[in-house]
Amino acid sequence: MADKVLDAKGLNCPLPILKAKKALKEVPEGGTLEVLSTDPGSVADFQAFSRTTGNELLEHSEEGGVYTFLIRKK
Amino acid sequence: MSEETGANAIDPNTMSIIVTKGSLDWAYPPFILGTTAAAMGLEVTMFFTFYGLPLLLKKMDLKVTPLGNAAMKMPMMGGHMVMPNIVAAIPGVDAMASKMMKNLIKKNGVASVEDLRDLAIEADVRMIGCQMTMDLFDYQADQMIDGIEVGGAATYIEVATQSHINLFI
Repeated sequence: MADKVLDAKGLNCPLPILKAKKALKEVPEGGTLEVLSTDPGSVADFQAFSRTTGNELLEHSEEGGVYTFLIRKK
Repeated sequence: MSEETGANAIDPNTMSIIVTKGSLDWAYPPFILGTTAAAMGLEVTMFFTFYGLPLLLKKMDLKVTPLGNAAMKMPMMGGHMVMPNIVAAIPGVDAMASKMMKNLIKKNGVASVEDLRDLAIEADVRMIGCQMTMDLFDYQADQMIDGIEVGGAATYIEVATQSHINLFI
């Protein structure tokens, strides 16, 4: 179970990333954030976000058009 | 000596954007990139000049025009429509096209430019308004949003010398 869940469904680029960045502020160091998104572009974007910021993308999956990302805060 | 070493090395996580266009469509790229870069840990400066300057006004009234814009293909009745210039030139068509664009923006979950600007402010993006443009187009400081700086070309160039990524939009 993630420390925090962010529902970014229905939002388009760059809002899922901007909201995830904000939500990460409320996650303790080493804690996890789960992001739900319906933006297909967020798949590449969350990978890039993680590589650049050092927050680790632990897993991502897709089910019924909803993408789930699990990010561990640096 | 390598340029990237020593006391004068430029922090790779720095970006500047010159914002020169202020229509509803062109307002998006600088604010999207600025907010996203800030979210990715970059220090961002935006310099608003010429038609980009009104994006710093307290009350933005953004419009898009299909006139002379051959690349503007609006989704319509399952296809895409380019408006002939002779139609686009008719009074009221700009307002209609702007309304259509705003509807598409809402429908697709795209943030409004106002929201993106708020997010940029919240993310401590440094915003500089061009003094010369303010003089040229008669804008006063009190018409602009709070927290911005005013400067000229030298102010921007100094920022650019300290930024790893410099964009002109």
